[in-house]
Amino acid sequence: MAGTLAEKVWNDHLVRRGSNGEPDLIYIDLHLLHEVTSPQAFEGLRLAGRQVRRTDLTMATEDHNTPTLDIDLPIADLTSRTQIDTLRNNAKEFGVRIHSLGDADQGIVHQVGPQLGLTQPGMTVVCGDSHTSTHGAFGGLAFGIGTSEVEHVLATQTLPLQPFKTMAINVHGELPPGTTSKDIILAIIAKIGTGGGQGYVLEYRGEAIRKLSMEARMTICNMSIEAGARAGMIAPDDTTFEYLKGRPHAPEGADWDAAVEYWRTLKTDDDAVFDTEVDLNASDLEPFVTWGTNPGQGLPLSANVPVPEEIADENDRIAAERAIEYMGLTPGQPLRDIKVDTVFMGSCTNGRIEDLRTIAKVIKGHVKHPDVRVLVVPASARVRLQAEAEGLDQIFKDFGAEWRNAGCSMCLGMNPDQLAPGERSASTSNRNFEGRQGKGGRTHLVSPLVAAATAIRGTLSSVADLAENDPSFANLDIDAIDGSPLAPLDPNLIVQV
Amino acid sequence: MEKFTTHTGVGVPLRRSNVDTDQIIPAVYLKRVTRTGFEDALFAAWRSDPEFVLNQDEYRSGSVLVAGPDFGTGSSREHAVWALKDYGFKAVFASRFADIFRGNSGKQGLLAGIMAQEDIELLWKILETKPGTEITVDLEQRTATADDVTVPFQLDDYTRWRLMEGLDDIGLTLQHEEDIAAFEAKRASYKPKTLPAKHLPKVDIEAARPA
Ligand code: SF4
Repeated sequence: MAGTLAEKVWNDHLVRRGSNGEPDLIYIDLHLLHEVTSPQAFEGLRLAGRQVRRTDLTMATEDHNTPTLDIDLPIADLTSRTQIDTLRNNAKEFGVRIHSLGDADQGIVHQVGPQLGLTQPGMTVVCGDSHTSTHGAFGGLAFGIGTSEVEHVLATQTLPLQPFKTMAINVHGELPPGTTSKDIILAIIAKIGTGGGQGYVLEYRGEAIRKLSMEARMTICNMSIEAGARAGMIAPDDTTFEYLKGRPHAPEGADWDAAVEYWRTLKTDDDAVFDTEVDLNASDLEPFVTWGTNPGQGLPLSANVPVPEEIADENDRIAAERAIEYMGLTPGQPLRDIKVDTVFMGSCTNGRIEDLRTIAKVIKGHVKHPDVRVLVVPASARVRLQAEAEGLDQIFKDFGAEWRNAGCSMCLGMNPDQLAPGERSASTSNRNFEGRQGKGGRTHLVSPLVAAATAIRGTLSSVADLAENDPSFANLDIDAIDGSPLAPLDPNLIVQV
Repeated sequence: MEKFTTHTGVGVPLRRSNVDTDQIIPAVYLKRVTRTGFEDALFAAWRSDPEFVLNQDEYRSGSVLVAGPDFGTGSSREHAVWALKDYGFKAVFASRFADIFRGNSGKQGLLAGIMAQEDIELLWKILETKPGTEITVDLEQRTATADDVTVPFQLDDYTRWRLMEGLDDIGLTLQHEEDIAAFEAKRASYKPKTLPAKHLPKVDIEAARPA
């Protein structure tokens, strides 16, 4: 029977089909843990006298609370320290692999899985974190779960689930220079809305998607959740296999061949039917930024802050009014005139090596705008090491940016990296909710290219804007940055550090 | 999870509608890493008010909560159910519940029964005229009795069965242990495992320092 990619992966993990409205029982291939959503799950196991069923399919890292400075000193914040200590103790007690602060494989859970080669096509991946959808870029079903589900997976390695609906997002054409996969996903969310994907697994398809690098695909799948979707996925292809080959946990020898043979079957059949389809033309895209307080409140950078009176839908109008007020903006004001205090480059959306290379390429030989604070936080310690091996850290430091240790950092401000009330950021992360980056903080979601240009000009800017004052930027070969098959994390480079 | 057939305990009238999960347990308590011991967090904001129902001696030991409509709305935090259970509540009745709250309750062995608003009013009256009155909840019959008044409540068959069997989600899944083991036996050998751990070479990470 013809099936979509999502249905194939689902069926391959069916332990038991539910009848009479009972959910299906789905097997979980990889369970990732971090310090925030796991403590009560472990305690639940302890209370019921249960064990972790498959420690060999489970792994933990520390990311949400970790400081990005002085990581060799005790963590100052008591809550953060307790959460991290609890994770360490639980990992020890139950025999779970953990990558702690100071370890080269520590980092944001959604970077560490792929970089170790643990995330592979056709897998089911779960984590107590909504951005688990990132792993869908490899062609598996990956989704966030709640704490009681974390406990459920720890105890049984399965989850009772109701089938999802499927939505195809066809991205046609070619991305224009200066735009990135971040602009694709921000445009998709603005188009279908923050609830548009509710109940669906999104499959991103089309020419523009096929041309993206693995890391650029991760950026797109990462933000599926911001459209309300349960998960996002992209069918695996040679780009995927190339990224995986040689990684520590990638299959080897005959296993590799068997795996690739299976992986090649992981695509939606030509005659399969999606519950819904959405089309988008990448060639029409411009750099996209958000102006409001949810990721769906975004517009091309050349646009103006919306005028609420002109919005027909009453709910949208009220939401816009509130967002504009919170964000301290003026209706009708050009987005380009918005001044920022902080530029945050990092997170599981855009804190990977390609993102850092992209930014470095733009800012090399320049200094940041004097009024702007620039924070660069690699997604994992390995990404940091690789950036240092490539000399990117020096480019950032010369630019005037703060070069930090790995973690979630200002993406959610659980550690000391926060916005002060009223402060405004351009951020490469994924959520611009009220107070997300610190109480009273104001967030504009942007691509790495826009982040770089904004750090130079001090107002929301594209790379094209840079050329207005400085013609040297006109020759910048930026269309080759995002979407090109850049070398993956190179183990040899790391050894030389 | 304990099996639930009948329960008798002091009824607590909570004459408020739209009690959201922030009121059941404020966000500051979410930082904890434990799963039990949330009794002090339950209705924390209201507990400082001496007039609040749980601060009155007759109701303090309550275990059956009779609440206004739309109980458990707002954020999906599972802590709301933990807090109610930790305090000692075994059952909550309201004319309407938020879906997620009701789902979480069923999974964790807290009975969330839907009761007609007029029956709720009837129980409120009894509990308020004679504070400390006990309510007997009969899950088999799906009724609640206070004094000589017996009123029905609704609970879907599946949740009722689970509560009566004392099966939590995990217990339920583990009834299919054989299916899980059979699935594991035929899983492809090339699928990755986290253990034994494979790494790139070990490297020292230097700590970034404040500028
Ligand atoms: S970087 Fe942000 S979105 Fe990603 S896992 Fe961390 S907190 Fe969540």
